[in-house]
Amino acid sequence: MIQIHCPYCGETLPELEFAYAGEAHIERPLSPSEQSDEQWAEFLFLRENVKGPHFERWRHLHGCGRFFNAVRNTITDRFYITYKAGEPRPDLATLLEEDK
Amino acid sequence: MTRFNALNLVKNALSGHKNWTEQWPESQPKAEYDVVIVGAGGHGLGAAYYLAKEHGITNVAVIDKGWLGGGNTGRNTTIIRSNYLYDESARMFDHAVDLWQGLSQELNYNVMYSNRGVLMLAHTVHDVQSFKRHVHANRLNGVDNRWLTSEECKEFCPPVNIAKDARYPVLGGALQERAGTARHDAVAWGYARGAAERGVDIIQNCAVTAIRRHPDGSVAGVETEKGFIKAKKVAVSASGHNSMVMSTADVRLPLESMPLQALVSEPVKPIFPCVVMSNAVHAYCSQSDKGELVIGSGTDQYVSYSQRGGLPLIEHTVAAISEVFPIFNRMRMLRKWGGITDNTPDRSPIVGKTPVQNLYVNAGWGTGGFKATPGAAHTLAWTVAKDEPHPINAPFTLDRFRTGRLIDEAAAAAVAH
Repeated sequence: MIQIHCPYCGETLPELEFAYAGEAHIERPLSPSEQSDEQWAEFLFLRENVKGPHFERWRHLHGCGRFFNAVRNTITDRFYITYKAGEPRPDLATLLEEDK
Repeated sequence: MTRFNALNLVKNALSGHKNWTEQWPESQPKAEYDVVIVGAGGHGLGAAYYLAKEHGITNVAVIDKGWLGGGNTGRNTTIIRSNYLYDESARMFDHAVDLWQGLSQELNYNVMYSNRGVLMLAHTVHDVQSFKRHVHANRLNGVDNRWLTSEECKEFCPPVNIAKDARYPVLGGALQERAGTARHDAVAWGYARGAAERGVDIIQNCAVTAIRRHPDGSVAGVETEKGFIKAKKVAVSASGHNSMVMSTADVRLPLESMPLQALVSEPVKPIFPCVVMSNAVHAYCSQSDKGELVIGSGTDQYVSYSQRGGLPLIEHTVAAISEVFPIFNRMRMLRKWGGITDNTPDRSPIVGKTPVQNLYVNAGWGTGGFKATPGAAHTLAWTVAKDEPHPINAPFTLDRFRTGRLIDEAAAAAVAH
């Protein structure tokens, strides 16, 4: 069972308490009516689908209920870090270096 | 290549089965092909077979980073059905079911297609309403499907628990009698043998690392572990790794790769006569000819390339199986595994041309690709040979995610299918 650290609750808990919420750091366009069909397709449907370190959102569904971000390796399913929503994207090179 | 028939079987039995010829040769890549297919699963091998047989294109290579049929073709739960809600899907999957009927004869290879029937159980009033709608929609599309009461379900599949006080009461079911199972390995092997017989090279253990393009944008060939291979046309059919392979040609696909798990029990005597699916509680079950119960689970909720999957899903599936079939609740499970499925947002596949000239894709089959194998392969071969969509795969474009003309089986089925 994957253990996930909730940055709000400060606890590491089984994955059953959490819901995956897709790729992280995808921003809704500020002026939706000016977006082209291609831009909408990209916003709605195109994802990186990374094999390796992946930036993603999770929600502590059966806990505090809040959304947060995480970096997880999609080959091993191991989490490098979780951080609060709104915080900047961590530097991947530093994360991987610290992980060694 | 020796044809399989009674005479040859007797002859080889008398000589101790030592003189059978190889099924397909160990090929090394040539410098150039008319068509290169990336991915030697059932879909890719089938496309090569139909290219050679129906379109006379035999200078074809099927390249795989592992062994043929070693990906999702050999990892699925072998369920075949075509009771899809939308017209586009019904046509595609029923085309496949039509081809399944005569596939063993066509390939001279026993794929053990068994139309034992697929029964989908309804546990709630909502299930009953939506399944009846499916039955009617299917029948209008010429796809067989009929409604059974809970007693009729019990009669068709005795291990089902239809007790009124069951945790998941069975209120009825939708039965597709032409649906069933096949031996998944044999499908890959049969297509490989048929394709190789017609001159197709099957190159295993040779990963395609990139798709190379001409300065004008069209496809030039593929970079592989064994060097560059020139190709007039390239078709990508690499299931969970489709988005990675296609991104090397600067084509982004709306795909997310997730593990789909399955498990099998210890073998027991024949007890389970059909395939039973229960979408609401997420349990799929059939019995293989070896006697194992073959049980399908769901996809993990997150993107992952680990061919294992998480344990909570297995626990949930086994709990559901024990509730619906109490007779199985003390059976031991032998092994579980995962395959990486590529899922589109509308859970319908993307088959056909891409923005890159002479590059074709067969992707997004998600959790339901095995059943479509002959249909997907047959129509993909048409598209590659003629450089135009086949009437059946025409709606399954990449462009639908821009225009909004989705084929939303995700909403229709309510679960991964």
